[in-house]
Amino acid sequence: MKKKERPSHRNILPKSPTSIQGLDEITGGGLPKGRPTLICGGAGCGKTLFAMEFLVRGATLYNEPGVFISFEETEKELTANVASLGFDLDNLVEHKKIWLEHIHVERGEIEQSGEYDLEGLFIRIHLAIESVGAKRVVLDTIESLFAVLPNQLILRTELRRLFQWLKRKGVTTIVTAERGEGAFTRQGLEEYVSDCVILLDHRVNDQSSIRRLRIVKYRGSTHGTNEYPFLIDEDGFSVLPVTSLGLNYSSSHERISTGIPRLDTMLSGKGYFRSSTMLVSGTAGTGKTSIASQFAEAACKRGERVLFFTFEESPSQLMRNMLSIGIDLQPWVKKGLLQFHATRPTLYGLENHLTTSIKLINKFEPNIVIVDTINGFMVGENQTEVKTMLLRLVDFLKMKQLTAFFTSLTSETENLSIPDVDISSLIDTWLLVRDLEIGGERNRGLYVLKSRGMAHSNQIREFRLTNHGIELLDVYVGSEGVLTGSARLSQETKDDAEQLLRQQEIGTKQFGLERKRDAMEAQIVVLRSEFQAEEAEALKVITIEKARNERFTQDKIKMGKSRRGDVSIKTTGTKKKKYI
Amino acid sequence: MEIKHEKIKTNLQKILPAKASGDKWDLHLYIAGQNPKAVTAFNNLKLICEEHLKGKYHIEVIDLLKNPQIAHDDHILAVPTLVRKLPLPERNIIGDLSNKERVLAGLGLVDHSELKLV
Repeated sequence: MKKKERPSHRNILPKSPTSIQGLDEITGGGLPKGRPTLICGGAGCGKTLFAMEFLVRGATLYNEPGVFISFEETEKELTANVASLGFDLDNLVEHKKIWLEHIHVERGEIEQSGEYDLEGLFIRIHLAIESVGAKRVVLDTIESLFAVLPNQLILRTELRRLFQWLKRKGVTTIVTAERGEGAFTRQGLEEYVSDCVILLDHRVNDQSSIRRLRIVKYRGSTHGTNEYPFLIDEDGFSVLPVTSLGLNYSSSHERISTGIPRLDTMLSGKGYFRSSTMLVSGTAGTGKTSIASQFAEAACKRGERVLFFTFEESPSQLMRNMLSIGIDLQPWVKKGLLQFHATRPTLYGLENHLTTSIKLINKFEPNIVIVDTINGFMVGENQTEVKTMLLRLVDFLKMKQLTAFFTSLTSETENLSIPDVDISSLIDTWLLVRDLEIGGERNRGLYVLKSRGMAHSNQIREFRLTNHGIELLDVYVGSEGVLTGSARLSQETKDDAEQLLRQQEIGTKQFGLERKRDAMEAQIVVLRSEFQAEEAEALKVITIEKARNERFTQDKIKMGKSRRGDVSIKTTGTKKKKYI
Repeated sequence: MEIKHEKIKTNLQKILPAKASGDKWDLHLYIAGQNPKAVTAFNNLKLICEEHLKGKYHIEVIDLLKNPQIAHDDHILAVPTLVRKLPLPERNIIGDLSNKERVLAGLGLVDHSELKLV
């Protein structure tokens, strides 16, 4: 027996997927299958909606019909309430996918005499489950019974029995309960429903409401323990895990142009990596939006879709302004390749910002997402929240394989603002636009702070906004230091004059050298002819001497013959010896 | 002991025609199977009715196990539940009806204030 049981411990607890955005990720697959889960929270924190979404998703996506036992709202009220979230309960009820059962409890009208049990409730739940073959059950909010039925002792025993009975039936149950003082629920239901407890919270911070979800307990399973922000909007419930995705996204080798040829050159000649994350940071008026717009225009020209979040200007104002530097975005908007989304940063809370963004991205399906500026997210003072939110956004974009382009406003006093430093680890290519104040002028300088995975220029370029877009120029770097603008121009003219002078000097020198060469060559000719004359003379003398020598030898032989000597002279060599 | 559904019905037939509607007591006892609690409740009710409403009451015992739909239709949660259908308004008493005073109060046969004095 023991041997048989052991492997089951290793088995992963079967789970019932909720399909609520983000929740399945933090619970590792959903709620415990066939067991009750307690959802608790204060009034208006979304308990009913959570439960309803669990049922509807189960019925529509997993073919798991569900039963909704409501102790508070009638069937009609429920249907109307969730219709605003796009759930067509009438249809689901008609097709026997969902069974709505309103358990009407009238307060203060029930007299008790002697012992009772809740068999009536059991029968009704049983009937509902049987009618649709339910796999999921919601009890919303069963605590209402405490207000109506006398004798809590009996009630508690009966509820305990109910949960065990549901467990035996193998239905995945959600029990909702009001948050109590100092406890999770008013009536201590967590005592009975102990497999999984999820706490929903709704609080107001800095005048913006934040909803949070926390998994207090999940027996037999690991789970995310943080408080996760969640949202309720027209698409239902969505939980936003901080980093649910991990760093396992694939990376593209494709390169895309920045729209500024010389900037491409600075990024090893090809521009950004596709699906990487760019950040342009700079002080006010350094042309961050222009760089973003130029990038957007270039992308639209390639036929890509661009979603442009602007938190500072209205779309029409932005387009008008960009027109002044020769970037016409209007045609792309008309073509539907470019979409603007402008909101005031203060309008929503952070989570709302994020989810709206994510929704728009999902809806528009862009290739490139531009956020101008990420400071728009800095609504509250809480930097960590801003960071985690940006982290989530970047993660989401990475997962979607989208190219992201952020701009960030830095303060005049510091080079890099705090949020920049915070998110720098998320950024693949980071451009910095800076003011360079020289000679009573303010000019813009651009450089690549970092760019992962490519050789990039270490040079500061002068950055100019012309009526035909952005231009990058080499800055003057010389003995006078880094110069830009008119200082650069004057220095360049000065340089040009100096160069001319030097060139003239070189010309003179070269001329003199030529003349020297000519003189030298003339001398060589004279020397050669002299030598030739001497050589001829010497040769003549040699020939004469040779002839004389010949004659002398012959004379000797002749002389010998005439004297009739008996010793014959053999060679000239021996003859020489003989003489010596 | 067993509750005989038919027995009650015959009882009803004897009483009903004789009484005016205003004076008629229509009582429903909802049970879930004939368990000891149900039997106790029926016996207790029978005794009380015989004592206080002799000749003008009608008890209908409804077994929810046999007819589960009624639990839904009549909004029954706890069993046993005694519902005073007539005279109006409806009144509900839950439990095995072992506390006689409570039943009398619940049925409106005794005032709550009276009950406290007792």
